[in-house]
Amino acid sequence: MSEARRIRLRVFRHDPQNPASEPHLQSYEIEEAAGMTLFLALNEIREQLDSSLAFDFVCRAGICGSCGMVVNGRPRLACRTLTKDLPEEVTLLPLPAFELIADLSVNTGKWMRALSERLEAWLHAKEQEIDLSRIEQPMDPDLADRIYELDRCIECGCCVAACGTAQMRADFVGAVGLNKIARFGLDPRDVRGDADFYELVGDDDGVFGCMTLLGCQDVCPKELPLQTQIAFLRRRMARTGA
Amino acid sequence: MKIVYSDVLVIGGGLAGLRVAIGVRRRGLDAIVLSLVPAKRSHSCAAQGGMQASLGNAVKGAGDNEDVHFEDTVRGSDWGADQQVARMFVDTAPKAVRELAAWGVPWSRVRRGDREVIINGQRVTITERDAAHGLVAQRDFGGTRKWRTCYVSDGTGHAMLYAVGDQAIAQGVPVHERKEALALICDGSRCCGAVVRDLITGELIAYVARATVIATGGAGRLYRVTTNAVICEGIGAALALETGVAELGNMEAVQFHPTGIFPAGILVTEGCRGDGGLLRDAAGHRFMPDYEPEKKELASRDVVSRRMAEHIRKGNGAQTRFGPHLWLDITLLGRPHIDRNLREVKEICRYFLGIDPAEQWIPVHPAQHYTMGGIRTKPTGESRTLRGLFAAGEAACWDLHGFNRLGGNSVAETVVAGMIVAEYVADFCASPDGDLDVPTALLREAVAAERGALDALLQSRGAERADAIRAEMQQVMTDRVGIFRSAADLEAAVDALGALLRRSSQIGLRHRQDGPNPELVTAYRVRRMLKVALCIACGALARQESRGAHFREDFPRRDDAKWLKRTLATWSHATDRLPTFGYEPLDVAAMELPPGWRGYGARDYVDHPDTARRTAEVQALRERWQGSGRRELQDALMPYRHLLPERLRAANERLGEELR
Repeated sequence: MSEARRIRLRVFRHDPQNPASEPHLQSYEIEEAAGMTLFLALNEIREQLDSSLAFDFVCRAGICGSCGMVVNGRPRLACRTLTKDLPEEVTLLPLPAFELIADLSVNTGKWMRALSERLEAWLHAKEQEIDLSRIEQPMDPDLADRIYELDRCIECGCCVAACGTAQMRADFVGAVGLNKIARFGLDPRDVRGDADFYELVGDDDGVFGCMTLLGCQDVCPKELPLQTQIAFLRRRMARTGA
Repeated sequence: MKIVYSDVLVIGGGLAGLRVAIGVRRRGLDAIVLSLVPAKRSHSCAAQGGMQASLGNAVKGAGDNEDVHFEDTVRGSDWGADQQVARMFVDTAPKAVRELAAWGVPWSRVRRGDREVIINGQRVTITERDAAHGLVAQRDFGGTRKWRTCYVSDGTGHAMLYAVGDQAIAQGVPVHERKEALALICDGSRCCGAVVRDLITGELIAYVARATVIATGGAGRLYRVTTNAVICEGIGAALALETGVAELGNMEAVQFHPTGIFPAGILVTEGCRGDGGLLRDAAGHRFMPDYEPEKKELASRDVVSRRMAEHIRKGNGAQTRFGPHLWLDITLLGRPHIDRNLREVKEICRYFLGIDPAEQWIPVHPAQHYTMGGIRTKPTGESRTLRGLFAAGEAACWDLHGFNRLGGNSVAETVVAGMIVAEYVADFCASPDGDLDVPTALLREAVAAERGALDALLQSRGAERADAIRAEMQQVMTDRVGIFRSAADLEAAVDALGALLRRSSQIGLRHRQDGPNPELVTAYRVRRMLKVALCIACGALARQESRGAHFREDFPRRDDAKWLKRTLATWSHATDRLPTFGYEPLDVAAMELPPGWRGYGARDYVDHPDTARRTAEVQALRERWQGSGRRELQDALMPYRHLLPERLRAANERLGEELR
């Protein structure tokens, strides 16, 4: 067996609650193991080298969206990033555009909740009370699949971190927000129409703020068709606003 | 001291907790949800394959109803389940699917006409009915006689959690994220809320509530190899345990899922086998039919995991430097099916294993997956012993699953329990029992006790390391309290866990700051986790029989004569080194489905003395009521509808079964 590689992780460190803390990069060296992910590597660092290092993982299976971070310049899910696919030196930064909690931990939850409230990103049903005993309303099987395709967003924040507009415009809803609008717009169970959605995203903080750099689509861990959705939504919103 | 008041405090922001909060909110109460993480990151999102509900839309589900779902669930539980609760559950599951459909879950739908499926390794054509076109589809899962598992591709939990999470936002339910309950506030007989730590600032806050609901999920992280998320540490059970009053039920009932990917333990769904995937050994041989001719790969999880472990022990595993494993083969399902219905599985294989499951077999090994035990409650969700405390979902033991849960019954349980328990929490708050008269001294003392414990940890010069103790505990649990259990292993486990609990009082921190300090969090959690681990190991040692997922090599038979009873664990005094056990007998004479053979797995068991009499009685009742409606027979066999909240009592409509 070949000798294990040693990898060096340069990790962003800062505790914004501590007035003495200065943002800096701290280096840790560990031995790579077979099948090692950044989840395993960061936990090893915390156990062996530095018990104070803060980061977020939950499912560690690429499903929950907790562990978005900037890995060698690219936002991605750390839990499913294998170290063998990275060079010997790896720089880890917290996702930009979100409030920093500490080190690699950012408050995506707060941001996403505010976004959902602002965009009313829930299904607006026709009836408030439904008869639960009755057979459900049918839906075209292909349409259900198409809705699920957009419903797969895990709110990890990678698209916001990779977005040029979001860096300049704090209130930009990002691809995550526009995708939600597209998702509910596609769903016949939602009573809202384009005029309603225009009120929510028909401005520069919404679909017209997008500069079509499409970093969002490049980094989306779920490979959502963000580019198509934004283009389609913009055309509809432009028509609605005209 | 900061105090936050609400009618209802829900601890845990997964499906069960959110659904409870929405339900009580609709009844006009204020609810606050506490969550360690943003609610949509809860472990509910990891449920892949689907939720069981007897809609019977798919043609292979035709003829399904609550009766069949009930029997499958009770057989799956190896007769450990509370049969009235199982009835409440199967009645409500179709309503839950329909509610979620109305809330936006994009359930996969039936398409009329012919389609090819894989059944028992063979490609066959089935024809879906015109009338079912566009209705919610079902797939096959283990231990069921009908195709009953409703699904959204293989991201069911995600789609459900997002729909319910969105509803919670729509209803204005506040979710206090990155907040952790450290202790319940309790005067010995009444739960009044919780002492809560802000995981960002370290601040302690007293949350005072008329009703407190624990919905914190399972305890998989007591084990080294588990499918569970890193936040599933059994802390909800520990909170209840540490009151000294609340009981934990059947903690020794721990499920191992057959298909964790090897060696990481990440789940790939039972839907792989439900859709026709096969298990193979190192030689490529499909071995399950050799052991389980009736259900093969689709026996219940306890049986399949045990057969896999047995087959590996016989030397048939594929050898690697991490140890042996078996193979899950879904190549026969074909790429289009995988791309459409097993896309999370495909992603997991690609990212974690570097393989394409349409071309290559997936290395799998059983991994800890589910905690059947939990906070013992009545069918209403309320603790039997601590007023004002409720529990729902995996954290609870109202006891739907007994000693083995069927695949697809857990996400179903989260929302069903949420619907039911919410109504009872609201009823409780509306009753005189729900009045709360809490002295501020009680709050002050509760917060001071936690502050003192945290300060002691922060200042401790102890030589023990929290993460090392946790790692040792996880290793002990995986090695000695796993699929095959024996007195020798369990005694060793109890000793080792006891020693770790003693050592945990000597934990010292390398990083002594409050606030976002992960080491501090591990330190205060690991002590609680050890108590829950001891409940599992001691309960398993005491239970001298094999039932469901609890398998004793030294007592391989199910023993209804001695062990048809539920284990109850309490931790009477904070200074105790071990839990205290009691037992709650199950009443055979009241069972709708008296104990028997499950239809798969071992046929060898010891009957309860009342079984023969009750079996004859049930038979006579069925004959007497033959030709009458299902409802009349049900009332004669085992009435349960009175236990359901009124708004959930109506019958369920299905194709060919119109409402009267």
